[in-house]
Amino acid sequence: MSKTSTLKASDINIIQKKNLMLLLTVVIIVALTMLASYITDYNHIDGLTSIPAAISWMASNMIFSQSTLANLSNVLRLLWETILISIVATTTASVFAILFALLGSSLTYINKPFMYLAKIIASMSRNIPVVAWALILVISFGTNSMTGFLALFFGSFGFLVRAFIETIDEGSRDSVEALNATGATYWHTIFKAVLPGSMPQMFSWILFMIETNIRSATLVGLLTGTGIGYLFDLYYKQLNYEMVTLITLAIVVAVLIIEAFSNLIRREIL
Amino acid sequence: MSSTVEYKSNGTIKVSKPNRGQTVLRWLLIGSFIFTIVGFFLMDYTGLDLTRAIPMTIDNLGQMFLSPSLNNTTWTNALWQVGVTLSLGFLATILGAVVSLFLAFGTAVNLSKPWLSNTIKGFITIVRAVPTVLWVLIFAIAAGLGAVAAVIGMMFHSIAYLVKAYSEAFEEVDEGKIEALRASGASYGHILFQVIVPQTKSYLISWTFLRFEINFGVAVAMGAAAGAGGIGYELFMASGFYYDMQEVGAITLIILVVAIILELLANRLKVSA
Amino acid sequence: MAVDKKVKEVNKVEERTDFNKKATDNVLISFDEDIEVTGQEVETLSKKEVKQMPVIMSIDNLYKEYSKGKNVLKDISFDIKKGELLSIIGPSGAGKSTLLRSINRMIEPTSGTITFNDKDITNVKGKALRQMRTNIGMIFQHYNLVDRLSVFENVLHGTLGYKNSLQGIFSMYTESEKEEALDIITELGIEDHIYKRCDELSGGQKQRVGIARALIQKPKIILCDEPIASLDPSSSRVIMEHLRKICNEKGITVIVNLHQVDVAKNYSDRIVGLNTGEVVFNGHPSEINKEVIQNIYGTDFDDLIME
Repeated sequence: MSKTSTLKASDINIIQKKNLMLLLTVVIIVALTMLASYITDYNHIDGLTSIPAAISWMASNMIFSQSTLANLSNVLRLLWETILISIVATTTASVFAILFALLGSSLTYINKPFMYLAKIIASMSRNIPVVAWALILVISFGTNSMTGFLALFFGSFGFLVRAFIETIDEGSRDSVEALNATGATYWHTIFKAVLPGSMPQMFSWILFMIETNIRSATLVGLLTGTGIGYLFDLYYKQLNYEMVTLITLAIVVAVLIIEAFSNLIRREIL
Repeated sequence: MSSTVEYKSNGTIKVSKPNRGQTVLRWLLIGSFIFTIVGFFLMDYTGLDLTRAIPMTIDNLGQMFLSPSLNNTTWTNALWQVGVTLSLGFLATILGAVVSLFLAFGTAVNLSKPWLSNTIKGFITIVRAVPTVLWVLIFAIAAGLGAVAAVIGMMFHSIAYLVKAYSEAFEEVDEGKIEALRASGASYGHILFQVIVPQTKSYLISWTFLRFEINFGVAVAMGAAAGAGGIGYELFMASGFYYDMQEVGAITLIILVVAIILELLANRLKVSA
Repeated sequence: MAVDKKVKEVNKVEERTDFNKKATDNVLISFDEDIEVTGQEVETLSKKEVKQMPVIMSIDNLYKEYSKGKNVLKDISFDIKKGELLSIIGPSGAGKSTLLRSINRMIEPTSGTITFNDKDITNVKGKALRQMRTNIGMIFQHYNLVDRLSVFENVLHGTLGYKNSLQGIFSMYTESEKEEALDIITELGIEDHIYKRCDELSGGQKQRVGIARALIQKPKIILCDEPIASLDPSSSRVIMEHLRKICNEKGITVIVNLHQVDVAKNYSDRIVGLNTGEVVFNGHPSEINKEVIQNIYGTDFDDLIME
């Protein structure tokens, strides 16, 4: 046997193994999908047919009657309230998130116990779903903006801490090393290297969070009876589908405007 | 001394001349600060009684996390409901991933025509602008409240997310590798499945799993807000119907544990990717 | 005036482009007795001159262990003379970077002592550690500047070691510090860029900002961690010449990690060779020969010979 032919044989083996792995992966995924469909009672055919049904439904409700349009000012007022809560919750959360990110980053931590504490608090706040926060808070705070604000605050806070820690770790390692080598103090490295270097990226994350929160605020509003989510729920239950469509469109337009605005800002600061 | 030096109005040497980006950022920070302060005054506080709400929240949180217990349901049922929520998330992710893969081929600028790429991007921007819960409720009008509406509604957002992630990964693939196969006469399909997918496999898996992690949280929300069932519905019942804080606590902790496990798995996949 | 200067500088750079074409290769070794990459004559010290110089720092029995049983540095001992340019060469992973960072305690050595100006600095903490670091400047392979701040601000960061936290946070730099920074910037030929953000500069310009930041500290020693590894040949030459000049004219001791043997031979007064964490050579550049290089670069030396 020559050396080359044994090599070829093993090559073929690798290809066969690869195909076998691929087949196995596909089989596992299909099996899991079937299992999941069984558990949830999900019917793939119903799923497929629901898409064109929903689209034709939406199209048929696009022509608004006079009485629907008369409600527009009300829609816009609650939409504004929702946007307000989203932005204020995000900016407030980001102030706390910067402090926790500085404590939690391996680059800027003060001591290990505080670092782990900061990370654990952030992880709890992030992994408890916003709905859970909303449901817990509505019991004691009632149906007003404060509930929505706090629910969004906790959700955003945990997410932003993680994003900020990544930003600090990725962007500041070199400059912090240089400042430490010149004999700078801890606060020098924070204010002269970490913050100037990470601010634009952090602000970009804040913008992202505002976009996300406007969508989440709808969900929170639905559960806590506040803002645009409450209005949607109200008309949805009354089967007033024209209003449902109008509200959906209003949200879409608001989100698109805010996305366009934040992309504009991103281009300027990054 | 160099002629490029500039002086401040008080005669001291300037150490920096902020450029446009820095000026914009400074004003944005000041603006956000003012907006936040004003925003607090503009919010609607109807029926808010902080002297009652804060102690009550603390008391509730104490009950939730210090003495959690399942009073109206069993552990078996709770875990089954977690399975339902995970399944909803899984279905939305996997169906979304399949659709996204093909849409992403059409979106990546190095694999597609500009008009097609822009059309898909525009479509996706609009899909993403509608909150998931509204998608689910809209599909529920056609299909009824339940798993079908939840999965399809969640799938729409997953597609919006994954197409962006996938197509950006595809765009990173070295142009030379595509060219090499094209030169040897390979078809479009060959290029996609012999070069693009194998080259980006670890990214695709990592992004898909990340979306699964997100979809678990979304599925909890849909259970609570859009009648999709699962652990989210149990949470909704415990808090909104039974007012049982111990049970809310137990369910929240279960969700927390599952979410943290998923996050750790996602992090691990991200590192190896 | 300014235009004239720029034209001159462009010419200067063009003259330099022939320098060390292979510098971007990972390890570059050349044995030619008349090294063609040297370009013009560089003023270095003879072996005898180095011997007579006073000691500024001595490293004794230095060990660094990252994980148990795996020593990155093993029993490193050598003296550093006041005002010399010392190159540390060795293959990647030999511990050059760890050694350099142990000197200013950016990395804590496991055992051994470092004496700087007759003071043991191995265990200094807090204020004393900061003060020690102001006396030791450092420049880096990736420049380690704050990209979004101006050249001027980055240079002034070198004065932070002399300030308390509040003075630093509120950028309370004195006019004399600013003027000194301007002098150094002008000396290094980057005075046209003082208000530019550092990410708008070329690699060679960034490294000159790095040197300026180290110089404003008024250091006794400057540590350079692979200062030219990310630069093109002509910028590399500008940087090495500046380092040589700092050493000759200001009497500052310069310690440079390098992986190009011929650059080390050309610019150093002394060379220390490191292999797997041990000093395998310590001598004058003229003593570098084939055997020495084989010792430093180990058994895969044959693979490294080019042409």
